[in-house]
Amino acid sequence: MAMYNDKVMDHFMNPHNVGEIQGADGSGTYGSPVCGDMMKIDIKVENDVIKDAKFKTFGCGSAIASSSVATDMIIGLTIDEALAVTNKQIIDELGGLPAIKIHCSVLADHAIKSAIYDYAQKNGKTYKGLEGFDPNADEDEHGCEV
Amino acid sequence: MRQVYLDYSATTPVKEDVLNAMIPYFTEKFGNPSSLYTVGTVSREAIEKARGQVAKLINAQDKEIFFTSSGTEADNWAVFGIVDALKNKGNHIITTKIEHHALLHTGDFLEKHGYDVTYLDVEPDGRVNPEALKAAITDKTILISIMFVNNEVGTVQPIKELAAIAKERGIVFHTDAVQALGNVHIDVKDLGVDLMSVSAHKIYGPKGVGALYIRKGVQLSNFMHGGAQESKRRAGTENLPGIVGFGKAAELAYENLDAHIKKVSELRNYFIDQVMSKIENVTLNGSKEFRHPGNANLTFEFIEGEAMLLYLDMKGIAVSTGSACSSASLVPSHVLSALGIPVEKIHGSLRFTVGEPTTKEDIDYVVEQLVEVVNKLRSISSVSKTKGW
Repeated sequence: MAMYNDKVMDHFMNPHNVGEIQGADGSGTYGSPVCGDMMKIDIKVENDVIKDAKFKTFGCGSAIASSSVATDMIIGLTIDEALAVTNKQIIDELGGLPAIKIHCSVLADHAIKSAIYDYAQKNGKTYKGLEGFDPNADEDEHGCEV
Repeated sequence: MRQVYLDYSATTPVKEDVLNAMIPYFTEKFGNPSSLYTVGTVSREAIEKARGQVAKLINAQDKEIFFTSSGTEADNWAVFGIVDALKNKGNHIITTKIEHHALLHTGDFLEKHGYDVTYLDVEPDGRVNPEALKAAITDKTILISIMFVNNEVGTVQPIKELAAIAKERGIVFHTDAVQALGNVHIDVKDLGVDLMSVSAHKIYGPKGVGALYIRKGVQLSNFMHGGAQESKRRAGTENLPGIVGFGKAAELAYENLDAHIKKVSELRNYFIDQVMSKIENVTLNGSKEFRHPGNANLTFEFIEGEAMLLYLDMKGIAVSTGSACSSASLVPSHVLSALGIPVEKIHGSLRFTVGEPTTKEDIDYVVEQLVEVVNKLRSISSVSKTKGW
């Protein structure tokens, strides 16, 4: 379909890291079914390094592709490095998204931060990259027009 | 890979007989219908023949059919034509929340220019309650416009009853019958409508040609200004091949109407039964009884429509999320919203429309692929039957 490039379609058709991690060290959900996209990302952390990440997403093609590529990107990164991943980098890694679908990359970025936020809360840690981040923030600004 | 098109409410392929009827009017019989010489006369006669063919399909008089460039133009002409012609009588229009954007956006425009527009709610099955229409009428109401068959959920409105309410109060009644034409029996005299919009490309005719039925005696201002075409009421050189094609498509639709309705409704019902029996948590949107014969609008819970559409497209299957015009939009379908369907479920809704070329084998293939697609997307989804929304 012409709306998405081949890389987005490949991640959508053959998504990486689908599933849930039993006993995850951090788990974050961002978005809402009402807005049409909701992502859940689980992370496994060892020595502040993300050893594994899995996702489940209710959403459109770009939401699933963004989740897939975002989990690929953070596996092997330190928490600080993962927190530095931006939605722009997610878009670049996908080779671009249509303008109307940019919010999907923002959801993926926020889902990662939500999972790390959960990890930090459980382990009494603080990270500079989480300053000002609210996992319960309304996502209206990202495209939900309900 | 098998290719299955199940989006006949978006558009239909031009039938071979229709195309053959059109071809000479591109090259051999190309005269301007307004010209007085023989080549022009031949074109004019072809247009009049098509007018008669379209009129016959809806039991109108030939002179009550006015060709336009589309159903949207016909809708716009009906609304603006009445607003202008009756501007001294009132400034209130009644329509519904489930109209095509050709009506809704026209209503928005008029509201910005000082008109009052009432958008009627519909019942959960998508039908307009006649009592709600009666209650909405004011002394300023000059037009009631209610679509015959909804383009997304296929609901058929009680047009005869609604038009009678308008007639009782002396109000002009227009219906957008673009989805109804060729799919339900239409008799404008029996229905008592004043204005009706139709389009060729929904009945296996060409794109770019529609028509407005204007009941004899209805006061309506011109929409296009210029030449004397269409009895001086719609200027612009006629789309001659398109109009000829519309006429032929209307003739074929008239001849095949009962067989068409029987065939597509049987296939559609078979499709719905198969999907419902093989996939859990699926609901049919709209009325089951009062429904476009080819339409199945289904909600697949816990997954999202565009993702389904993309997977199906990769398997050679063409369907629609709501109306085709809004498939790249983030805004949930206004029609499904008006039916009271929760927004999270609207996101998982698809419209399948069966047409004349559809076969049982096509349906079996689509069901088989749909089961696979729904299962895969549900396995990825962050919401589920056990977790809920």
